[in-house]
Amino acid sequence: MATTTLPDVAGRASRKGVDDGAGKRRSALGRALPAYYWMVVPAIVLFAFFHTLPVLVGVFFSFTNYAGYGAWDFIGISNYVNLFQDDRALRAYGFSFGFAIAATILTNVIALLIALGLNAKIVARNTFRGVYFVPYVLAILVVGYVFQFFFSNSLPKLLPSIPVLADNILSNPDWAWVAIVVLAVWQAAAFSIIIYLAGLQTIPAELYEAASLDGAGALQQFSRITFPLISAFFTINMVLSLKGFLQVFDHVVALTNGGPGTATESITLLIYRGGFQGGEFAYQTANAVIFVIVITVVSLLQFRVLQRREADF
Amino acid sequence: MTTAAPTTTSTAAMIALDDEIDTTEGPAARRRRRRAEQLDTRKINWWATALIAVCSLTVLIPLYLAVVVSLKTPDDLASGTGFELPTTWDWANFGEAWERTNFPQAIANTAFITVGAVVLTLLSNSVVSYAIARNIHRPFFKGVFFYLLAALFIPFPIIMLPLVKQTSLLGLDNQTGLIILYTVFGLSLNVFIYTAYIRSIPIELEEAARVDGASTWRVFWSVIFPLLAPMNATVGILTCVWAWNDFILPLVVLSDPAARTLPLAQYIFQGQFNTDYTVAFASYLMAMAPLLLIYVFAQRWVISGVMRGSIK
Repeated sequence: MATTTLPDVAGRASRKGVDDGAGKRRSALGRALPAYYWMVVPAIVLFAFFHTLPVLVGVFFSFTNYAGYGAWDFIGISNYVNLFQDDRALRAYGFSFGFAIAATILTNVIALLIALGLNAKIVARNTFRGVYFVPYVLAILVVGYVFQFFFSNSLPKLLPSIPVLADNILSNPDWAWVAIVVLAVWQAAAFSIIIYLAGLQTIPAELYEAASLDGAGALQQFSRITFPLISAFFTINMVLSLKGFLQVFDHVVALTNGGPGTATESITLLIYRGGFQGGEFAYQTANAVIFVIVITVVSLLQFRVLQRREADF
Repeated sequence: MTTAAPTTTSTAAMIALDDEIDTTEGPAARRRRRRAEQLDTRKINWWATALIAVCSLTVLIPLYLAVVVSLKTPDDLASGTGFELPTTWDWANFGEAWERTNFPQAIANTAFITVGAVVLTLLSNSVVSYAIARNIHRPFFKGVFFYLLAALFIPFPIIMLPLVKQTSLLGLDNQTGLIILYTVFGLSLNVFIYTAYIRSIPIELEEAARVDGASTWRVFWSVIFPLLAPMNATVGILTCVWAWNDFILPLVVLSDPAARTLPLAQYIFQGQFNTDYTVAFASYLMAMAPLLLIYVFAQRWVISGVMRGSIK
């Protein structure tokens, strides 16, 4: 596609260069154009091949009964119909959403509070900022194993009087998700803190001086100045957090491996297990197609709602 | 410095003036930082300091736990909650973990993949971004930009199953394959980060070189790429942390056990470790240590790099 349009564009540009003296700059750009295409086209071809092609192949196979090996047939939309009656899939969506909503809210509230603290005039600010960012450079899976020991071996001995914690919260079908939220918030807050801190530092100090002269208290300053001015950072953080947490995988593998039973099985874990180990290649790609739609719709909705709120201020 | 003074408050101007008289002071950067600190005329907030200090313990406690457990004997560990200091320091755990997880192989694989991904990403993604940024008014380049941006919203699970078929068909189910995948998948976010920055570089800088007869490639490598240093740092850090710590991509793509990365090695040996927590924790520490050490020494630089990426 690029090669057919190239000579034409370059030719037109050079003709123009002859016509008017001011076109000299333009002709230089026109000659440069093939190089620009060479810079982009190979990368885009690779991107399409490794990213877009798998998506299309996935959509294609979601209408078949392919098991991941052997022969297959078209079976229309029955994968999709079956998914809506599949208790395991529905539970995975329920868990992923509950987890993602809790983790998103907690991560953002905690990160915002800590960012505010770090932005205040405190002793050893740079050191603390460095400490809070540490979890970002650690692998979730590996930290997750440390947390797993903490929840299953340390906590029951440390807090034997609290019923849920006394006998390993990770083996409790009703409460294991809370432990996963704790790990997720611990790890994700690091990055969110830095983003909020970047946002807070864009606010000029004069605004606060003026506000305190007008007699605004700390809470008022936060709700009238700080929060409105960083709401763009808040929106982007909320959208990215929810999108990331909905795809939770490493955390679950490290802490519960989906258990007890399938109580903490996330959508990604279900797709991985069913697709690679359960011979459900086509069925789980259908699941993934639905997942793409769900994530896109949720992200767009979230953007609209949060941005409308942004405009209200 | 004097040109910046009128735009800031009168105190800033005064301090700037002070600074100028005091020319024997250290490098400009340090002076500026000190000025910013002097500018902050607020009183030290002791409540915030205390709160931040207490909360920072939640970050440190899991790391402390990892260190003390890795140094205990199994009997020592079984008798307590895990948080006590070891009665005898058992360094042998590290030796055993080293052997059992085949640590040298795992770290060599991870380092190779990470370095490969970072180098290839910096060299390729910046070129793509440059071409897009300079031609964003052309429909083709604009289309490419939004195509890459839209891909940011495609979650990985939809790609996962077909991708594995594709990579194994092509013989890319190895370290090289992973390097290519990190470079290609990173394109979406990195183009977004780079283009905003490239568009702020005045085009006159390139035109001077073009008049001297330099080709577009030449212009990019000798004029633009050196100017991209701050963004290269940001993209490099993000790519490095991602490639080093990633679990799901190596898990599904790699087929040869000899190719396994550090997180993958922890996962595979988890079953064997089940009751052997002390050796397992030594292994976790060794897996976390390299990036952690780099971070400790380059902390300020890493954080400012990530911040720069987020403001774009």
